[in-house]
Amino acid sequence: MSQYVLRRLMIAIPSLLGISVVLFVVLALAPGDPFSELATNPNVPPEVQAALRAKFGLDDPIHLRYLHWLNAMLHGDWGFSFVSRMNVDTLILQRLPATLYVIGSAQILALLIAIPVGVYAATKPYSLFDQIANTLAFVGFSLPTFFTGILFILIFSVTLDWLPFVYTTDIKGTGIHWVLEMIRQAIMPVAVLGLFQAASMTRFVRSAMLDVIRLDYVTTARAKGLGQAKVIVKHVMRNAMIPVVTLIALQMPAVFGGAIVTEQIFRIPGIGSLLISSILSNDTPVVMAVTFVFACLVVLFNLIADVLYGWLDPRISLR
Amino acid sequence: MLDKELRSMIGQVKDGRMDRRAFITRMAAVGLTAPLANQILALGGVAMAEGASTYKPTKRGGGGALKLLWWQGPTLLNPHFATGTKDQDGARLFYEPLACWDPDGNMKLVLAAEIPSIQNGGLAADGKSVTWKLKPGVKWHDGAPFTADDVVFNWEYAKDPATSALTIATLRDITVEKVDDLTVRILFNKPTPFWADAFVGAPNTIIPKHLFKDYMGSKSREAPTNLSPVGTGPYKFVEFKPGDLVRGVLNPDYHMPSRPYFDSVEMKGGGDAVSAARAVIQTGEYDFGWNIQVEDDVLLRLEKGGKGKTVYAVGGDTEFIALNFTDPNTEVDGERSSIKTKHPLFSDPAVRKALSLLIDRESVKKAIYGRAGRTTANFLNGPEKFVSKNTSWEFSIEKASKILDEAGWKPGADGIREKDGKKLKLLYQTSINGPRQKTQAIVKQACQKAGIDVELKSVVASVFFSSDVGNPDTYSKFYADMEMFQIPLSQPDPSQHMRRYLSTLVATKENKWQGTNFPRWVNKEYDATIQAADGEMDPVKRAALYIKANDLMYQDTVFIPVQHRLKVEAAANNLRPVVSGWANETDNLFDWYREE
Repeated sequence: MSQYVLRRLMIAIPSLLGISVVLFVVLALAPGDPFSELATNPNVPPEVQAALRAKFGLDDPIHLRYLHWLNAMLHGDWGFSFVSRMNVDTLILQRLPATLYVIGSAQILALLIAIPVGVYAATKPYSLFDQIANTLAFVGFSLPTFFTGILFILIFSVTLDWLPFVYTTDIKGTGIHWVLEMIRQAIMPVAVLGLFQAASMTRFVRSAMLDVIRLDYVTTARAKGLGQAKVIVKHVMRNAMIPVVTLIALQMPAVFGGAIVTEQIFRIPGIGSLLISSILSNDTPVVMAVTFVFACLVVLFNLIADVLYGWLDPRISLR
Repeated sequence: MLDKELRSMIGQVKDGRMDRRAFITRMAAVGLTAPLANQILALGGVAMAEGASTYKPTKRGGGGALKLLWWQGPTLLNPHFATGTKDQDGARLFYEPLACWDPDGNMKLVLAAEIPSIQNGGLAADGKSVTWKLKPGVKWHDGAPFTADDVVFNWEYAKDPATSALTIATLRDITVEKVDDLTVRILFNKPTPFWADAFVGAPNTIIPKHLFKDYMGSKSREAPTNLSPVGTGPYKFVEFKPGDLVRGVLNPDYHMPSRPYFDSVEMKGGGDAVSAARAVIQTGEYDFGWNIQVEDDVLLRLEKGGKGKTVYAVGGDTEFIALNFTDPNTEVDGERSSIKTKHPLFSDPAVRKALSLLIDRESVKKAIYGRAGRTTANFLNGPEKFVSKNTSWEFSIEKASKILDEAGWKPGADGIREKDGKKLKLLYQTSINGPRQKTQAIVKQACQKAGIDVELKSVVASVFFSSDVGNPDTYSKFYADMEMFQIPLSQPDPSQHMRRYLSTLVATKENKWQGTNFPRWVNKEYDATIQAADGEMDPVKRAALYIKANDLMYQDTVFIPVQHRLKVEAAANNLRPVVSGWANETDNLFDWYREE
């Protein structure tokens, strides 16, 4: 087991290096300039712009810039934001709590809806419940989040005036009032994201369950006289969860990455909105760091998924 | 207006025979009002008026929280590093300049004790120095006294290129010296008619010497105070999250009486202009929304029965279409739009003239800008004193067609005009931005009717406005026949703005397209006019020179002004914001209050 994990980690290193090279080159080739806003400012002479470019190493050849970056990264220096003139890791850490809270809650909500609904729908395929669940799932993943987000804002904020639509990180008040406000402002974004995720996940859980539920060993378990609940939970679900685990594991990086569109609509100061504003202002060190963190997370969660398979199904060998 | 007449009027104001208001009204009648009208008086020996305050509250605090929504939040809080107005706006909550501009372009004192004038000895008659007296007893938020040393330090800090301060442009050509603890003198190396640049307004606020002195030059980015400002302003710093949030609380030791009104201030960033308008006008979650560039009919709809309204401020921002005087399709020494070429179509003045008749400014105003725009014939639209009255504009497809007919541009088989085998086909580019694409469509339609084929192109703003040498789509490379955008007039004076189009500053491959004259227009008379204006100390003659410069551009149809744009903000109904078209939105924040 530990050998397996170690081997997988060793394989991860060259792939991460490869990813970083690709990211770096793509970002370096991308058009744009972090100091573009200065170009139309009549008070800033071109020499100042040129000096800034030189200071931030933008005029060095690309391979040198990559080596500088890699060296710094190995020493734990994530880079220095052109736009904010502060360390990139500080910027990311500032954004992490909001992302984890909102997107994490949305994932939990999605799981809480998808697993029971998917499992129950699979036990009674083509029943009325299944039909309704299916229809809603289709509606759910056909509606993009920017549409449902704005719809929610129009209904719950503008018309009914129940919920705020601007997310604030510094809610005044303490104790229970603070908790309630935190929940209140997260309801809309969490619902928008959670329902969207739940829709596709429900379909996935249902079909995974249906694949397993028809197998002979399930019939055997039933023939032994085991109750329906026991058969479904202990025998069917455990096996059906393997593809679901893969799906969830691969979605975990997205939790850290935030949901760019939703964060923009509700002004959630998460990593997604940091990424988009950095891309728009050509703040390459931040874009590089955030995308590289994503790459690491994808590799890491793939590994975790592999390890989880072994636990869910001991037949899958880890050699 | 005649020079002599003006002088006698100034004389009358001086000995009290004419009051200041009457003087300004008389000036307005001949097109000479606003910020520089006051500077005329200052240089004519009458002190510049201090902007009147509309502030009503009689005690400090008690106003609750002020919630500001900036849809692009500040990303840093050191005013010397501010790359855009959003950063200056955020820094201005805590830091202060010596003086700022009120909505009428009058000077308002902040850290200065009096407005420099010739009478009080503040202004040198030769325009080569200005002496500022500082307000006594002002303290930094950490209790240290504010003195002349701080002002001098800001100059030393910014002028060092290693600091990479963006304020270097304002500060490097001047010398700042301490006269005594509460007096500083700024020396200019040449007569400077517009002396109120350094240390005035939100872009030029002052940082404390005692916290930054160890972080000059290349160490500038390590200063902890970069992220947690200690200023002299009405609010003390609490918290900063780049791009997301800036928060401050009332400064109980603030140096202006009964100010500020609000107990705390919060500036939230992110999102987009439309939803910002909604959060202020419709749901009232926020008190003030910055830069609400949203189509007017959307705003009108939101305002119906809403909790807020839009607020406008007049400045000098002009949305224009620039014409390329060089050929964007011929390459000379690896460079398109090279100054060595001539534009094949625009070299005929009739074509340029006809185009200017084809921009339906009234429709653009009605359909797009609404209350946020004014039609204009001028490139230079402010301050008032510099606005030409000699120009006019018209929209007439018939007249345009007639001019083209007379110049020999005859419609071909496909309806597109041509002459000597050259077809009237134009590429018209701008940045991606709703109103701009709509304007493009309006222009294209009119041109089509006059037999001109216009191809539209829109470029992402971050590319269009970048200085990236490798990208062909930047505004400065100008690989198109015409392009549209605006260049903000960031101070109540046109000198910086007009100097961009000197023929020595043409954007070329050689200067990496950093030359500011992107239309590549070369006019010796214009050069002479701008150079004369730069050193002209007589305010009336100087204004006349800038009006002449504007008129030269008008005669040559270098720019076709589309709209004189106003600043648009959203404010809660009971909020009384003070917003100037000549300054950042937060520049007058100390005078904001809420009507109970």
